[in-house]
Formats: sequence, structure tokens, C-alpha cells
Amino acid sequence: MTASTIKLATTTEDHHIAKMAAVALGLTVLESAIPSPLPGVKPGLANIITLIVLARYGWRAAAWVSLLRVVAGSLLFGNFLAPGFFLSLSGALCSLAMLAVSMHLPQRWFGALTHSILAAFAHIAGQMMVVYLWLIPHSGIAYLIPIFATAALVFGTVNGLIAARFMDNVAKPDTERQA
Amino acid sequence: MSSYESFRSSLKAGDWLTLLLGCSCVILLTLKLWNGELADRAIIRSGGKIFKEVPLSRDLQIEVPGPLGTSIITIEKRKARITSDPSPRQYCVRQGWLQQAGEIAICLPNEVSVELTGSAKKYDSLNY
Repeated sequence: MTASTIKLATTTEDHHIAKMAAVALGLTVLESAIPSPLPGVKPGLANIITLIVLARYGWRAAAWVSLLRVVAGSLLFGNFLAPGFFLSLSGALCSLAMLAVSMHLPQRWFGALTHSILAAFAHIAGQMMVVYLWLIPHSGIAYLIPIFATAALVFGTVNGLIAARFMDNVAKPDTERQA
Repeated sequence: MSSYESFRSSLKAGDWLTLLLGCSCVILLTLKLWNGELADRAIIRSGGKIFKEVPLSRDLQIEVPGPLGTSIITIEKRKARITSDPSPRQYCVRQGWLQQAGEIAICLPNEVSVELTGSAKKYDSLNY
């Protein structure tokens, strides 16, 4: 008896998305090894991938990569449908909403760094909203906002710089590359 | 090309603007949220009931009776403290001066507490 196989028709775009999501997932796993001073403060390196996908393949692909990473990541870490999953999801959804708006900024003046910082703030805003409305309905969490906002700014900047730099290097392969 | 320059060349004018706005946002948030509101009233409770509500603008001493004896509360220079209390461990006395809205000193054995509040009781608009 031969094993039955189900073959799904996939497009090149699907393959791109799957590859990018896999890289993003790798970065998520990698950064979970970095100790964090406060739960929720982490670099979000996977967002570099989201930014690159956004610039290259557009918002739809970026949304796919981001959400696939959130769902698959939660399966890897075993917190699917746990509070941590909904925090990631709300953060990702808010970031994507912000990116949908910010991608229409004139490209002449605004690059990946802008998108990254805006998305990072949206991310933390979405998460704080879920924390406040669902997990800890106490106004005391307002005291944590400056810490999270600072982290968002710092990591948003770092990720944005990396993404901008990466796209510059790939876009201009002829020029001398920085070692 | 130094690595700083190459990073700079990846940025556009608007990126600097965003970075600047982001920084000012964080600074404003920090100032706003970490600068606790100064209190202007003290609510003194005894046995769970409000014993007296006094403004912090006048310096005065208040004696509050409790089951163990009398607690003395001092208000001075817009600050309040429990100066003396018959409770055995003196936690509320050692807490010292209270200054910001929301701060509270509680003497459990003597059932006396002092709580500071701001001018407007803060309601959270989302839940309320």
C-alpha cells in the first residue's frame, strides 16, 4: 500500500514567505537564549526579517511572515493560546497595522529605521493594551511604560539599522561591501 | 568607509526625524508617568472608618485613638508621617515621611492608617 500524499499547489511567493518565516523563527529561537531583565523586554530580531520582507515583497507577505512566526514560534515554545502567545499576537498585529500606514510615507525620506521604530512602539502599545485590559487591570502598570517604551526605541532603532544596512548592501552589490 | 558612516548612509532625513520624535516621546512618557503627583490631602483612618480628612497645607499634629492606644500623626511642610504609635514593631513609624499621592502608612495592630491623595482622585477611564 502506498502512502497517500497530499500535494498542495504552492507558488514562488509561498516559498519565499516560508523561507523568510523560517529565518524569522530561527532568530526568535536564538534570541530566547538571551536573558532578559524584565519579561517582555527582548530585541525582537525577527522583526528585521519582517522589515526586509515588507520592503521587498510588500505588506501582505510581511503580514504572513510575521504571523507565521508568531504561531509557529508559540508551537515551538509550547505557549500556543497561552497569555504569552496573545501578547506576541497583539504586538504583531499592532505592528503590522502601523506598518500598513507607515509604508505609505514617502520613500525618499523615510526608510527601514522609521518603519522599525514606529512598529516597535505600536508593538509595545498593543501589548500593554492586552496586559491592561486582560491580564493586569491595574493602573500601576503605567509605571512600567517608560521602561518598555525605552526598550522599544532602542531595539526598534537597532533592528531598523540592521535592516536598512542589510538592504543597502544587497541593493548595491557592486559597491565595496563593509566587512 | 567607517562603519558609523556606512550606517549613516543607510538612513534618510525622515529616519532622523522619527528617531528624534521617538526619543522625545520616551522622555515625555518617563517624565509624565514617573513624576508622581504630589499629594494635597491626607485621609486618616481608624478601625477601617475615616477618622479625619485634612489638607496638607497646614502643619498640625493629630492624635488618633486605636485599640492599643493613641497614634500621633504629624503633618509638616506638605508631608505626613506617623510620629508615634503603640504598635510593637513600629513599621508605620519607621516608614517615615509620605509625600506623594497614593502613599500610605498603616499601623495594623492599632488599626490606624494615613493615606495621601492628590487633588483629583484618579479614575481609570478604561474601567470606570
